[in-house]
Parts: sequence; C-alpha cells; structure tokens
Amino acid sequence: MKYTLMIHETAEGFAQREDAAHQKAYWEGTMAYVEAIRAAGVLVTGAGLMPPDRATSVSWRDGKRHVQDGPFAESRHQLGGLFIIDVESLDVALEWAARFPRRPGLIVEVRPNLAAD
Amino acid sequence: MAQGDDAQIEAIVRRSRGRLLAWLAARSGDIGAAQDALGDALIDALESWRSAGIPENPEAWLLTVARRRMIDAHRRTSVRQAFATRTLVDEATSVPEEGAEFPDDRLRLMFVCAHPAIDSSARTPLMLQVVLGLEVARIAPAFATTASTLAQRLVRAKNKIRDARIAWSVPALAELPERLEAVLEAIYGAYVCEERCAGMAEHARTLARLMADWMPEEPEVLGLLALLLHCEARHAAGEDHLGRFVPLFAQDPAQWDAGLQQEADGLLAVAAREQRPGRFQLEAAIQSVHARRRISGRIDWSAIDTLYQGLLQSWPTLGARIAYAAALEHISGVPAAMRALGSLAAQDVRDFAPYWAVLAHLQEKAGEQDKARASWLEAARCTDSASTRQWLMARAVQSGDRQR
Repeated sequence: MKYTLMIHETAEGFAQREDAAHQKAYWEGTMAYVEAIRAAGVLVTGAGLMPPDRATSVSWRDGKRHVQDGPFAESRHQLGGLFIIDVESLDVALEWAARFPRRPGLIVEVRPNLAAD
Repeated sequence: MAQGDDAQIEAIVRRSRGRLLAWLAARSGDIGAAQDALGDALIDALESWRSAGIPENPEAWLLTVARRRMIDAHRRTSVRQAFATRTLVDEATSVPEEGAEFPDDRLRLMFVCAHPAIDSSARTPLMLQVVLGLEVARIAPAFATTASTLAQRLVRAKNKIRDARIAWSVPALAELPERLEAVLEAIYGAYVCEERCAGMAEHARTLARLMADWMPEEPEVLGLLALLLHCEARHAAGEDHLGRFVPLFAQDPAQWDAGLQQEADGLLAVAAREQRPGRFQLEAAIQSVHARRRISGRIDWSAIDTLYQGLLQSWPTLGARIAYAAALEHISGVPAAMRALGSLAAQDVRDFAPYWAVLAHLQEKAGEQDKARASWLEAARCTDSASTRQWLMARAVQSGDRQR
C-alpha cells in the first residue's frame, strides 16, 4: 500500500540548509535517509522542495484565477519535501516517518494514497 | 581613444546601466548575480578607462567583463548551490561584437518584476532598482519602510525569480492584458509615492515613456503615460509660490502646462483608435476633461460622470470611487455624493486622506461644520505631505470658525 510522507519544518529547520554550522549534517542526514529507504526497496519516488519563500499559489475566486507569491497558508510549519513509499501497513510507514533525521520543528504527516486503478 | 574623464564615464554608465543589467539578468536568470558582476565591472571600467581611455564600444567592454565575472563566481559556488538550479550563463552565449548594438531586454525585465509570483509590495521598488538603477536607500522612504527592510524584500524577490525560474519572456497574447496591467499598475505605484518622496513621479514617467517606446501599439500603455503627463501638467499649479498646496478646483489653468496636456491628449487619441478601453485610458480621459477648463473655463461634468461609471464598472479602486463621489456633488448634488461615500467600507477608508477630505468638503456644504472640522483633522492625520496637511488644518480651523 502506498503512503505519502510529508516532511514539514519550521523556518529554523529551513535555515539549517544554508547555515555553515548545520548544513553538512542537514544534507548528509537527508541523503542517508534516502539511501536507506531506497536500499529497503520501499521508495516509489520522492522530492526535496525549495523553502516556502520560493512558493507561488494558484487559486480561484469568483471564477477568476489568482496567482500570488507565497505558500497557500502562512503557518509555522511548511512542507520541505515528500516521499512516496510502498509498505505493508501504516505501522511500517510510521516507522519510516520516525526515522527521518530530526531537525527543528520536524513534523512528518503520513497519508495513505488513493488506490490507483 | 580619448582619455576618459569621469563625467563622460558617468554619462555612459547612466545611459547603459539598465540595459546592461537586463542583458545579463535575462541570460542568467539571476538579477542579484548580474548586479554584483556589473558593479564590479563598473569599478574595473573606472580604473581602466581613466588611464587607458574609453574604448570604442564601452558597452561591449562592460558586458564582456561582467559576464566573465559571473561565470567565475558561479564556478566558486559552495555546497548549497549544488542543490540549487543551474546557472543559465552559457559559454556559448556570446557578447555582441564590437560595433553591434546589443538587444534591449528591459521590457522582459519589466514583465519579470511584475510577475504574479512576485510579492506585490516588491514589484515597484524592484523596477526602480533594476531598470532605473536607483539606490535602495533612495527608494525606501517612498514606500514608508527602511532601507534594510526593503533590501531584504528585494533580495527575496530576486532569489524567487532565480530559483523558481520565472520565465523571462514577454507574455503570450492570451496572458498579455493581465500581465501588462500588472506592469502598468506597478509603474503607477511609483507615481503615487510622490507625496512621500519627491522625484518618484518623474521616475514613474521615465518608466511609462520607456513602455510607450517598447509597446506603442498597446492602448493602456499610452493611457498610463497620458495620465502621468496630465498630472505633471498641473504640478506647478498644485503649489503656490510659497510651496503651499492648491487643490484642483482652486488652480489657475493658466499655470497648467498646455504642451504636456496636448501631448497627453494626442496619446489618448492614438490609444482610442485601438478601441480597447482600459483603466488608465479612462483615468487619463477624466483628467483630460478637467484639463479642458483651460480652454472652455468650465468642467463637463456629464462627460466625467460617464467616464467614472465606465471606470468603476471594471476597476472600482478606492481612489476612483472617492474621486467619483467628489464629482457626484456637481453631477447630482451633495446627498448623492454623501451616499456614494457612505457605501465604502469603514476599514478601507479609515486611514485614507482623500476620503476624509471629500467627506469634510461635503459636510461643510451640508452645513455640518462640527463634523466637517473633525473630518478635516482626520484627513490631516492621514496625509504624508506637509504642505497638504497645512492646507487641511487651515480648513479645519475655518470650519471651526464657521461653527461659532
């Protein structure tokens, strides 16, 4: 069964990507996780995302398209990346979610994918 | 090659800076890197040209040096940029040869600055910085912010352009009307900052004239320039010899610049041939009716009524709704004008000086001197211009006197 793991971080977490003191550990941690998940044969696909200040949102209001700078919601936690994995149960998906390298404000949302037809 | 003197070099820089930056930015996608590289190239130029003289094609010289610096800088990038997008500076992108004119990419740059994915509060300052080469410290006061806050906002916008890879093209026909409107609104956004920062209106006119050069067949482009020229035509009359504010109805038409008004009307006539009305053509046409007072001695309120109705149907901005309310006094009387003001949402108008000024004027006409006085004071509270504030305070005093 496929699950999507949505990795959320706070601004502090995103900042570690650029910060000399933390970036090596940040990226090595991510790369190690990707290697592990691949080696286990459960990875369908994944993507790292640029921080929310590079986001653009498209919405519809009164029949008109609106394009605006920024993520859809101004919240502390923003999506930083996602993985789609294929595992036997939610418990296994949660294990993988818990294995993601810890960083400030980390929340991993796990959601089952709709079955493809 | 003449020995380069500083005045000559400065003139070359001023003339070419925007075009050079646009060329480098359009090919790399990275405005910030282009600004850094060009800045360094200009320093090199000053050193080299002072002694060795100004080269035959100074712009090609600057482009070559700046481009080389950009390529070198990219090669030195650190770990994090390995995860970032690749540069578009391609070894194969050649600098135009000696003598050849290099293309003007500033129009593309204007569309990028006003792209919907760019924070709307960054668009106007970004245009001023990258197309006109203005210093952030000079721009910031116009937007009621500090230089460092504005600098950060602009860096964010430029990073977004680079990293999200905003397209560097003049939009396709289907998107053009909406995208062009955003560009013109951003230019107009500079004009309205004149109260906070003198000189902004002139920068807006410069950008509007450039747009008219680049897109002479677009009626809204001509409409915006016509609007700005009409406003400029009345500039001298808007201040008396002591620098005090003079409102439109009290201005002496003999002080208006007839040449500018004629130029503006000429542009409107050309625009009208396209039969594609728009916000700026309508706003300019309204100003054109006011300008006719110079010739006829009166204002054609019926024409103004028609124009505002057209404008507000599609572009009901706060400023236009309040201006229409003011005109309604002459079209339908004070009660109708008051009703129009009353239809505006309180939170939208609370800090908007023109609302309070029009309300005060109408309250005076209705004999409500105490309310008028309070409204004049509110208008004074909300205005950025010292001379306008003085005029408003004087009206408040007059209302107070009439009360007794």
